[in-house]
Amino acid sequence: MTLSTADAPAPLLSVRGLEVTFGDNAEPVLHDVSFDIRPGERVAIVGQSGSGKSTIIGAILRLLPGDGHITNGSILLGDEDLAAASEQHMRGVRGRRIGLVPQDPASNLNPSMRVGAQIADALAASGHRNGADVDKRVVELMTEAGIPEAKRRAKQYPHEFSGGMRQRVLIAIALSRQPELLIADEPTSALDVTVQRQILNHLQTLVDAHGTSLLFITHDLGVAADRTDRIIVMSEGRIVEVGTPAQILLSPREDYTKRLVAAAPTAVAQVRVASGSSTLDRGPILEISHLVKEFRIRGQRGSILRAVDDISFSVERGTTTAIVGESGSGKTTVARIILGLESATSGTALVDGEGITASRGQQRRALRRRVQPVFQDPYGSLDPTYSIEKLIDEPLRIFKVGDRRSRQDRVAELLDQVALPRTVAQRRPNELSGGQRQRVAIARALALEPELLICDEAVSALDVLVQEQILTLLADLQSNLGLSYLFITHDLAVVRQIAHSVVVMKSGTVMEEGSTDAVFRSPSSDYTRELLSAIPGASLVG
Amino acid sequence: MLNYLVTRLWQSVVTLILASMVVFLGVRQLPGDPALAMAGEEATPERVEAIREQLGLNESLVTQYLKFVGNMLRGDFGQSTRTGAQVTDLVAATLPVTLWLSAYAIVVAVVVGVLLGIIAERFRGRWPEWMANALALIGLSVPNFWLGILAILYLAVAFGLFPASGYVPITQDPIQGFYHLTLPAIILGTSLAAVIMRQTRASMIETMKTDFVRTARAKGLSRQRVLVRYGLRNSLIVVVTIIGLQLGGLISGAVVTERIFALPGFGKLTLDAVFTRDYPVIQAVVLLITVGYILINLAVDILYSVINPRIRVGGKS
Repeated sequence: MTLSTADAPAPLLSVRGLEVTFGDNAEPVLHDVSFDIRPGERVAIVGQSGSGKSTIIGAILRLLPGDGHITNGSILLGDEDLAAASEQHMRGVRGRRIGLVPQDPASNLNPSMRVGAQIADALAASGHRNGADVDKRVVELMTEAGIPEAKRRAKQYPHEFSGGMRQRVLIAIALSRQPELLIADEPTSALDVTVQRQILNHLQTLVDAHGTSLLFITHDLGVAADRTDRIIVMSEGRIVEVGTPAQILLSPREDYTKRLVAAAPTAVAQVRVASGSSTLDRGPILEISHLVKEFRIRGQRGSILRAVDDISFSVERGTTTAIVGESGSGKTTVARIILGLESATSGTALVDGEGITASRGQQRRALRRRVQPVFQDPYGSLDPTYSIEKLIDEPLRIFKVGDRRSRQDRVAELLDQVALPRTVAQRRPNELSGGQRQRVAIARALALEPELLICDEAVSALDVLVQEQILTLLADLQSNLGLSYLFITHDLAVVRQIAHSVVVMKSGTVMEEGSTDAVFRSPSSDYTRELLSAIPGASLVG
Repeated sequence: MLNYLVTRLWQSVVTLILASMVVFLGVRQLPGDPALAMAGEEATPERVEAIREQLGLNESLVTQYLKFVGNMLRGDFGQSTRTGAQVTDLVAATLPVTLWLSAYAIVVAVVVGVLLGIIAERFRGRWPEWMANALALIGLSVPNFWLGILAILYLAVAFGLFPASGYVPITQDPIQGFYHLTLPAIILGTSLAAVIMRQTRASMIETMKTDFVRTARAKGLSRQRVLVRYGLRNSLIVVVTIIGLQLGGLISGAVVTERIFALPGFGKLTLDAVFTRDYPVIQAVVLLITVGYILINLAVDILYSVINPRIRVGGKS
């Protein structure tokens, strides 16, 4: 364990030649990973899913899942080697010297334990036993993490908290024992942009105030650039490049980094809109007017939630309109009404002048053929027991289009259109990657030659590079087939890339609407301005 | 919650009415004649007819059913056609035996099953897990009566660790009472323990892989503490469901177990009544078991919400 640290301050954490393997005799998933974190420094590890960034955390905390183990290298925290430490010793390190803010606030809290008790548990690990003291400290920590009414909320269960609030609870847990190093594993990727910004700002304040070092894991270059001093780019278990945010974003050396930077959906990314598909007769394909949807709130007699509150907009033929908003803004409800999966309380949604909400039987079936959805989760929206061919030709079978032979030809044609090899037809969804599955979902949507595609967060679950490919595909399909898209997303950067016009929604109402250029250049509502400034990476590039 | 309870209670009432009909008709479909059974082999046809009249068996089925329901609502389950004793007295004398036995068996099964389940999870892939798995397999595949006979032969007769039979009311002498019930409770609880062990193990293995367990360990908590406070608590939901589902098996198991250990319980009362076509006793016993089932299911549902706060109040979020 000889170490040559010429740098002035000794590193707090020093990882050298780390190699991690799952199972025996398997190929390692981490190869020769080395990096340092100095006291007070903020370091980001950026990479796509499967790049091994989360494995690094597992190795540092010695909490690798399954049969993962460290096969080579050292992890020096001060002068102790964590790679060789006993479980007993690690217990003194976890929580006390290294805090962890995990990725998904939905799954990282014990559902059957009060929130306060879960924070108290972290304190108990350090030997705090006095009940009253612990309770007081829990409330302090929750308040510090930005949770209002901490005293009351400490007695609630996780399901009574919003995603952002749960993440604050997890931050309170991670900081409860004032660790020297805080590891944040994609702490906000499951949250809305404005919530994300609030939480990251708060986290940064706390980290700065305590002089804590930060190891920040993210797939989002923009977030990394905004928040850290140094960026480590990883791919396939290896470190590709290390540098300051400016170096990485403005003058990347490696090809991989260059591609990553180019694909990063920042506010100024190139516009990929299919321009000049004007040979088609224009006029709206979709007209929404005074649409209202009310839900009754269960358990509270007479109280009604207006999920969609008198909104109107239209989608021009052959163009893309995006609805942007955070969770709870009503954007998905609008999509469900257009697809006829939900009925409107009042108002109309007309496709080509015909109302879906009012239609019945044959007419409704005909309308359904012309409007097809692509959903967010390519894992959840494809039946895992079906072959790809069966998935794609299912709409054809339902609508009794053609015979077996012609349907096979159509599937092959559709696979060509979405740039998948014809050989995938006999495979099953779990043999494909996330991006390939989303292509299958698009092929299925295209099977009936619809005029309008409703894409509900269709690229949100994908890595940036894949996301870029899918957006390009959608743009190509639009110019070739003259499709119209209603693109529902929370991600303004994606809107910038694909949409001709944009509708900004908040709490069921339209805040602003107009051409994408106009909205981005001179937003007229405060809410849009807030959303725009919350896009990560805007500060550096813009 | 109140709405939910009212709905559940209403459903229970419907279930009870249906059950009473099924019992009433089912008993009358049994081959054999209670009047004949009561009068004995040598009785004259006139004597049998007299008894039939006395029992009201010559009236129409509808009248008989309405009388039966009416009497029951007044708490009158009639008299045993065999001994002439009040059915309520018979039930009152035998039910506690079975309740104590079942409760004891459940406790034994939960303690043994959950412990073995935790051990199996904690020592995955090592000998304690194999032992626990083997025990579960034996517990599931060896029938109660055989296990009971073996237990009497070895534990009671050969080594004299436990009494081979007999019953001492727990209210009279708790120590002797529990002592006499221990062996039957273990035998009765065996298969339930095996099922609970398997479920606990499976569900613990799943729970210990979840994100919140990893987060708990990242807090610096010991594995034991995480196991109990994070793993077990979330695994218990499955265990409670299993107990609810397995109680039916427990009741039929109790019938056999009581017979082996000569316990004067509900199971023995039921068996005797069936063999002698003792209509009033059979009806009362089956209905009581139905009521028991309904109450147990209700209790399981309520227990759920205690363990899992997300189920607690319908629609509040």
